[in-house]
Amino acid sequence: MIAIQNYLVISALLFSIGLAIAVTKRNAILILMGIELMLNAVNLNLVAFSQYDPNRLQGQMFVLFIMVVAAAEITVALAIILKLYDYFKNLDLDEINSLKK
Amino acid sequence: MLDELLKNLDYTLIKQIAFAAFAVITVGGALYLLFTKNVLYAAFSLLLTLLGIAGLFVFAGADFLAVSQIMIYVGGILILLIFGIMLTNNKNFQRTNLQPNKIEVGHHNRFWAVLVAVLLFLGFLKIIFEANFHIIGKQIHNSSSVQQIGVNLMTDYIFAFEVIGIFLLAALIGAVYIAKKEKV
Repeated sequence: MIAIQNYLVISALLFSIGLAIAVTKRNAILILMGIELMLNAVNLNLVAFSQYDPNRLQGQMFVLFIMVVAAAEITVALAIILKLYDYFKNLDLDEINSLKK
Repeated sequence: MLDELLKNLDYTLIKQIAFAAFAVITVGGALYLLFTKNVLYAAFSLLLTLLGIAGLFVFAGADFLAVSQIMIYVGGILILLIFGIMLTNNKNFQRTNLQPNKIEVGHHNRFWAVLVAVLLFLGFLKIIFEANFHIIGKQIHNSSSVQQIGVNLMTDYIFAFEVIGIFLLAALIGAVYIAKKEKV
């Protein structure tokens, strides 16, 4: 049997990597990928704890709803990114700074 | 000969090896995503990571969620992300470049971000190994979770289910409205 600590360590690793991606990358789409990675890390945690609750499966239900919210988030974010590209002709977040000027 | 071998196999060991393989795929894809500069390679390594997570879901007894992970994330979200990469590619750059699919972006303050991430990970590790989980209840691995999820969705979670359906519809319509070209 696989101990629950294994899942938790993998999940913590994924969350940290996702945070680093969301902070370091300069392209808006890559930042979205980092956010997806963090959401997936949380999902892994919930599923890992849910295997000890086989009669109610509350963790798995939660993961199902998180997946739907992630899908909605990514569609709206990509629509905004396409608009941003139409306006600035660029997705480099360091150069989209017209509010600063 | 083969029967003998199959009889003497240690199934928990095989399970652990397979789990480790999926864990390596997941974490390796994520690390490559962190350090690569090429946007398309990043998307493909995200594919690797999501598939690895689906495998880990199977090990935790969540077969339905593993399949929906593949269908939603790999079949939907990742394709959308790749569409986004293709649509926002600079056309002039593409025309003059010899390798038109090589879209590169740099990083900024990588040192501090990686430092913060490593510290966060060490903090998580401390919490995980100091916490004393008293797991009550036992694992059931041999039964499928599909029926239980279906019953739950139609009884306990019926309100949340309806609300999330309307939410998804509203988000999709809103996304189409935002992304449409304006006639100027």
